[in-house]
Amino acid sequence: MNKGTLKQILLITDGCSNKGEDPAAVATLALQQGITVNVIGVLENEQSEQPEGLEEVEEIAMSGGGYSQVVYAKSLSQTVQMVTRQAMTQTLQGVVNQELQQILGQDQKIEELPPEKRGEVMEVVEDLGETCDLEVLVLVDTSASMHNKLPTVQDALFDLSLSLNARTGNNRFSIYSFPGKRGKDVSKVMDWTPQLESISSVFPKLTSGGITPTGPALREAMNQFAPKKRNLRSFLSRDESTMEESGD
Amino acid sequence: MMNQQWKSQGINLPIGSVVTGKWHNHSYLIRKKLGSGACGTVYLADQGNQQVAIKFSQNGSSITTEVNVLRTFQKVQGKRLGPSLLDVDDWVQPNGSQISFYAMEYLKGKELSTFIQKHGHEWLGILMVQLLKDLGDLHEAGWVFGDLKTENLIVTFPPARLRWIDVGGTTQIGRAIKEYTEFYDRGYWGLGSRKAEPTYDLFALAMVMIHVYYPKRFEKGKDPEKTLMRHLQQASSLKPYATAIQKALYGKYRSSKEMEQDITNQLMNVSNNRLKDQQSSRTHSRTQRKQQKKTVQKRNNSSPSQAKYLWEGAGIIVVVCMFYIVYVILQWI
Ligand SMILES: Nc1ncnc2c1ncn2[C@@H]1O[C@H](COP(=O)(O)OP(=O)(O)O)[C@@H](O)[C@H]1O
Ligand SMILES: [Mg+2]
Repeated sequence: MNKGTLKQILLITDGCSNKGEDPAAVATLALQQGITVNVIGVLENEQSEQPEGLEEVEEIAMSGGGYSQVVYAKSLSQTVQMVTRQAMTQTLQGVVNQELQQILGQDQKIEELPPEKRGEVMEVVEDLGETCDLEVLVLVDTSASMHNKLPTVQDALFDLSLSLNARTGNNRFSIYSFPGKRGKDVSKVMDWTPQLESISSVFPKLTSGGITPTGPALREAMNQFAPKKRNLRSFLSRDESTMEESGD
Repeated sequence: MMNQQWKSQGINLPIGSVVTGKWHNHSYLIRKKLGSGACGTVYLADQGNQQVAIKFSQNGSSITTEVNVLRTFQKVQGKRLGPSLLDVDDWVQPNGSQISFYAMEYLKGKELSTFIQKHGHEWLGILMVQLLKDLGDLHEAGWVFGDLKTENLIVTFPPARLRWIDVGGTTQIGRAIKEYTEFYDRGYWGLGSRKAEPTYDLFALAMVMIHVYYPKRFEKGKDPEKTLMRHLQQASSLKPYATAIQKALYGKYRSSKEMEQDITNQLMNVSNNRLKDQQSSRTHSRTQRKQQKKTVQKRNNSSPSQAKYLWEGAGIIVVVCMFYIVYVILQWI
């Protein structure tokens, strides 16, 4: 019995892209494919002002139907898990909203129900959040400025898997970094895996480069998910049993 | 749109404004801001001549989730788990945007650490016993509190009663903890999962006790477990509870009842030792005398440093402490 799979890209970056297509455009496309894009902008711990490049962070997330948050490196862990969770709830709420409209007619959204009725709907959303399967592709900016933040990123990802693996549903994670090796836009750091425990061995190997091809990297990331096969409402049909394979 | 929810931390209502619910039409006069956190802002308000606390959030789903929990609590008969729920509604602000809120019982009191600073350290164990009792009831009802932390604990006084607020993290046993705060989270310290289990709350409770003595908190460092144990050993005021705290941190208690028992025993021992040190002429109750026997046995195999600690406890402060404890016991009867 499978309730379908939520797909997310989690982009972790500290600045603006400077090569290739507009990341916000790719994020829009990803959302149309049923993939939510969340973005976390990482500040240097001492940094007091928000640098300009981080405006892009919000743009990408809004286009990708996800959340964005700008944080100091040291509070990354809790933010990563909050953003991921909020985005899950958001997506599932969207799914339930669609279902409600099907049953109750156009414009019936959770927020428009009387408070008494919302409780039951929210329970359904929570049940789904607990039991649905989840695929998270983490896309890490490893351009030179990110270098000393990578250990924190690693901690945060380990922590994320701790949070998500406490759920009943299954999880799969993969990690990509950009810019990639040998002039490529993106490199695979870790293939789809249910646990992120082994990441400590891969992170030190990351090399950093000067360019930041966020858009192209996002496109590559999007292609790591299986193409959209059915609409999101199938989350609610409990007896559907297709397990989606990721295309590598 | 959705990103707004991240900016919603700053809900700012002018004092004196009137909030009227869209569905139930109850009106509230905003009196003052009580506090705000990750999920909303809480105001003190008047409804007629009743004082209530109202939590506002632009994130309607978190209001709904918390209301669900509070409703469940109300079904647990005869127990006061969390503030009681009074109203749930939406408010259409003057600028046209809508925010969700719920009104609850106003808990007039002090935050746990403020209370202990003002009233004395001997209160810690006593209040923790109250908390453990409530947690026991909660666990029995199939829930785990989740986001247990000092800021979410309020002591109403007198008589002293510890109450919890902010049920945003309250999770059904067996699921993934909904909301947590790193310092109180066993996952962060590498000492367990984020599955909702009674042991999860007991870990957080142990951290609450530690936090009272480290108000600034501390980071986990390279070896989180060592850091934690070192801080525990260094807090001399926590010595009487160190064993219980350690057991809770390692998930050794199977129920809050067990921890409650340990802390209660400790409280009784400490007060009796102090009585004896003072060679007090007060008449002891039979149970106290029994406890005293236990204490003597315990003290025989206690380390020299522990003995020293006990003697240090003698003096005028002790007499004051004793009267406090007697006072509390009298309050309870
Ligand atoms: N029922 C209440 N009575 C008195 N004070 C309250 C009550 N509820 C909340 N508060 C105050 O408001 C603060 C924030 O409320 P809380 O529910 O913890 O919000 P958040 O979920 O955003 O952390 C609390 O720390 C507390 O000081
Ligand atoms: Mg709180």
